[in-house]
Amino acid sequence: MKIPSNLRRRLGLGLLGVILIVALVYVVMRSGPLAPVRVTVTQATVGSLSPSLFGIGTVEARRAYLIGPTAAGRVSKVLVDVGDLVQAGQLLAEMDPVDLDERVAALEASIARAGSAIAAAQAQQRDAQARSELAAITARRYVELGAQKFMSAGAVEAKQQEQASAEAALASADANLAAARQDTQRLAAERAGLRQQRDNVRLLAPANGVVISREAEVGSTVVAGQAVLRLIEPTSLWIRVRLDQGRSAGLVEGLPASIVLRSNPSARLSGKVARVEATSDSITEERLALVSMDTPPAGLSTGELAEVTLALPATAPAVLLPNPAIRRQADQVGVWRLEGGGLRFAPVRIGQTSLDGQAQVLEGLKAGDEVVVYSEKELSADSRIKVVDALTSSQP
Amino acid sequence: MISLAGRDILHSWGKFVLTGIGLGLLIGVTLSMAGIYRGMVDDAQALLDNSGADLWVVQQDTQGPYAESSSLRDDVVRSVLGLPGVVRAANVTYLTMQVRLSQGQGKVREGHEVRAMIVGFEPGQPGEPGYLVAGRHITRSHYEAVADVRTGFALGDRIRIRRHDYTVVGLTQRMVSSGGDPMVFIPLKDAQEAQFLKDNDAILNDRARTAANPALNRPGVPGLLEAIQASQAANHNVNAVLVQVRPGVPAESVAEPIRRWKHLEAYTRAQMEEILVAKLIATSARQIAMFLVILAVVSAAIVAFIIYTMTLGKIREIAVLKLIGTRNRIIAGMILQQALGLGLIGFIVGKVAATLWAPIFPKYVLLEPGDAVRGLAAVMLICALASTLAIRAALKVDPAAAIGG
Repeated sequence: MKIPSNLRRRLGLGLLGVILIVALVYVVMRSGPLAPVRVTVTQATVGSLSPSLFGIGTVEARRAYLIGPTAAGRVSKVLVDVGDLVQAGQLLAEMDPVDLDERVAALEASIARAGSAIAAAQAQQRDAQARSELAAITARRYVELGAQKFMSAGAVEAKQQEQASAEAALASADANLAAARQDTQRLAAERAGLRQQRDNVRLLAPANGVVISREAEVGSTVVAGQAVLRLIEPTSLWIRVRLDQGRSAGLVEGLPASIVLRSNPSARLSGKVARVEATSDSITEERLALVSMDTPPAGLSTGELAEVTLALPATAPAVLLPNPAIRRQADQVGVWRLEGGGLRFAPVRIGQTSLDGQAQVLEGLKAGDEVVVYSEKELSADSRIKVVDALTSSQP
Repeated sequence: MISLAGRDILHSWGKFVLTGIGLGLLIGVTLSMAGIYRGMVDDAQALLDNSGADLWVVQQDTQGPYAESSSLRDDVVRSVLGLPGVVRAANVTYLTMQVRLSQGQGKVREGHEVRAMIVGFEPGQPGEPGYLVAGRHITRSHYEAVADVRTGFALGDRIRIRRHDYTVVGLTQRMVSSGGDPMVFIPLKDAQEAQFLKDNDAILNDRARTAANPALNRPGVPGLLEAIQASQAANHNVNAVLVQVRPGVPAESVAEPIRRWKHLEAYTRAQMEEILVAKLIATSARQIAMFLVILAVVSAAIVAFIIYTMTLGKIREIAVLKLIGTRNRIIAGMILQQALGLGLIGFIVGKVAATLWAPIFPKYVLLEPGDAVRGLAAVMLICALASTLAIRAALKVDPAAAIGG
């Protein structure tokens, strides 16, 4: 009886002891503020960054045309539809000319009538000419006869007066003819003006392009400047990119761009910055750049969302750190340096950063310094830490 | 002198240990319940800690952004930055919603959905996650996210928030809302859009409604309708402005001019804690606290009854001890030692169990060492009190019962 009792005693005590030890280990290791904070560390390295800028934008046409009448009127014809390719000068739509044709016809008639007036004036002029010539001959003869005393002075003077009258009549006829001709010119000019007005109601394509919207149909009334059709030049599509002002350092014309369109996220298109707008948006705090595509894909639509990454030239070699290592303490930016098993907060000055999360350290750290990257919780100078390889099990 | 209690325990050690373990599980539940209560309060504290703010500027007459909804213009931050004593100030938005993995990633977890608080923050400003456990901080101004590990998302996952897909580039820990929902951090502009942009059907309907209004769609004014519709779609609101105050400047001295001259509400850390702990989680915390009290009382009663019945089970042996002339003090000591031993085993088992199962809880369970010490004291006290009941019963035993049967 005694041996099994002893054995059982040992078993029981052993079991209790194991439970106690396990419990103590767990309480110390796992629970609450007594447990050390697990962290990962890395060494600052020297290298160069390939910083890039990231922005989103929409596809836009560099040149878009709004085709509409210059005066209010009713649409009488729309000859093209959305998606049609049109050539420069092609008739796209026509406004109702109302009475323009009739006014042209009236003017034509007036011009014809003016032609008749010219003919009449010419006939009158010829008549006056004939009279004037006759009067001149007669007057000359009377003067000669008067000199030989065959005619009385009164008769000679009468004929001389007749000649003067006939010359005046000729001048009047000349003037009449000129007036009739000027009238014709005036009418012709009026007709030309009307014809231009008539042409103006014909809406023509100003350039080769594609119709993107048809905003008024036959019969609808539009005011001056309102669009009947909208055209864009499909070869002029580019992307208006908006970049956060705070992350737009280095944005210049000509930077190479990598473009991902929302409709095809797997394809990367290449392009370059064609223009950097001189003004930036003060409300959204964004800068604007226009990025042209080297080869715009077929079927590209305006208004489509695009993600644009602009590659900046590589920086000069400097101390690099992954950005999770950069922490904030009160109003200082710095890193937690590992020194002799303890932690020390070292303020640093950060330069450029790359999109893959590397940051340049300009001051405050040298290559080879060990700094904390990841931590389970916020650190302080008296945190007890335990350095591990990774804090999460699933690293991609 | 031999230990009477030790001999008795060795005599029926299996029963003793099993009783202790059972008692321990009960204590474990009680400790967990305390941990759940502490966890709730700690969630609220964590939310305030993680925002990195000394001052919360919100809409006038609201207790936002956590307890009530609050809406501010996003240019308010500029006027706040101009105030003396302000080091940093940043816009922030909060929106609790279901976040799911995007379709077509070919992952086993396709369709994985989690309730999360979407935080829109400005990089390098208050409101950004202070530390990461994996990955990197957001570097693009759009479509990247940092998620709490509790969301179950992994690095490289693409998650869907409203109409855009975001790539998870970093993971963080203990970033939760006051309700314990894990946080997902996305750039502010995206968050503003996610929060205030309507769905496409609503936008189309709104456009049609505006177009049908003859006052807004006048034939003689081309472009008016487009302008109105564009202004309807734009949004420049945020939920709060987080302000970091210069060290040494009292937050209240910055808050006062904001309240008075900016016509906004400003809360200091202490006031925000009051709102969160005393108002937002008050009911649920009291609910848990009530349950904790009942559980503690029930546990105490059960411990007392177990010790009492254990003693009653040994009544014949005690009668024999009395018959052979054992002194009452020794018998009482035996019962007290057994009760305390049982309590100690129970406490250790309970502490271990609570620590083991705490991480499995969907919400945070905070087991404070102080609570554990208080629990140990309470268990020992209850055991001692319960043993007096048993000792009374034992001392009243008639030694004749040993032979009389």
